[in-house]
Amino acid sequence: MTTEVYDSILHPASLVAELKKNNVSHVVWLPDSETNFLYNMMMEEPTIDLIPVCREGETMAVAAGLWVGGANPVVLIQNTGVFEAGDSIRGLCLDLNQPLVMLVGYRGWTRRGLTPDSAGRFIEHILHAWGINYYLVETDDDADRISIAFDESQRLNRPVAVLIGTEFGA
Amino acid sequence: MINNTDAVRVIDNNREDAVIVPTMNAGNVRFGLPTVTSNQNLDLPISGAMGKASNVGLGIALAQPGRKVMVLDGDGSLLMNLGALVTTSTKAPKNFYHFLFNNGVYAVTGGQPIPGSDGVTDWQEIARGAGYAAVFSFDNLEDFTTGIGEVLAAEGPVFIHLAVEPEIENTPVQFRQRASRTAQQAYQEVTAALAGDN
Repeated sequence: MTTEVYDSILHPASLVAELKKNNVSHVVWLPDSETNFLYNMMMEEPTIDLIPVCREGETMAVAAGLWVGGANPVVLIQNTGVFEAGDSIRGLCLDLNQPLVMLVGYRGWTRRGLTPDSAGRFIEHILHAWGINYYLVETDDDADRISIAFDESQRLNRPVAVLIGTEFGA
Repeated sequence: MINNTDAVRVIDNNREDAVIVPTMNAGNVRFGLPTVTSNQNLDLPISGAMGKASNVGLGIALAQPGRKVMVLDGDGSLLMNLGALVTTSTKAPKNFYHFLFNNGVYAVTGGQPIPGSDGVTDWQEIARGAGYAAVFSFDNLEDFTTGIGEVLAAEGPVFIHLAVEPEIENTPVQFRQRASRTAQQAYQEVTAALAGDN
């Protein structure tokens, strides 16, 4: 039983492995509870440079500059940050055809249906409204969807979201 | 105070192979960088980005550490995204030069005063407090022309406050003079230039 529970969560190593597999150079981020355990592992990863920002809208702009400069960034924010970053997603991702993977902590996500958290209720509607495709990652078994997102964003020159629908395991 | 066109001309004259990221008045097609530029392939104008020009410049500076990046910001723009100063100083790129065109107004919406324009805001103290490595300020063209060499010899991130004359843009948006290239074209050209394709 314990093993089954352990296996059914997302471990930070799985996510970092996906980032390395896709040659990510920078993670532009603002911490949230879903990425808490990821922080230490990313700090120890010499091939990835972390860029902390003060507000989520900055992530899209910093990523745009990195991309222009030849780097391969991702952004890592919570769904509440997606709402905050709305105009930057419009002007600096969609309008400029930026092939950006956005890793998004899915606050309020539940498989039980009802959630009292409006951040969880609204995020998929917002992504639909912008025409941004997304993939849900809940466990290690889903981690390869991150590579699917990278392939799609680069093939279509569009932002693609990966919704992290769980908190990371230690 | 310094004329807007004169200010961007001094910067452009000293750019060498720097990428310049202008926004608002500094990027205006009638009196900003596009009117004087000597290397459009390395100009990345940002408009309507709610103060994010310095963030874009930071990304380029981190990806291209061997090349200077000059951000030409507006005072109203920077107020929209003041945390960007701390984001920049946290990564402390040595090749980052942040020029603030302080005209005291929202020039593209008719010249309404920005918050703090009545003298309560000290931009140099804000930049120092945010952690910029060097801070300069100029309020006349002669001093700026003389001092630009020292500015660009300093190790970044460098903040340069410029007191510039307000030039108000009252023309409705749909009737304003358009840039010769779209934002998408500019991004493609600068990306290609930095990749060595040009």
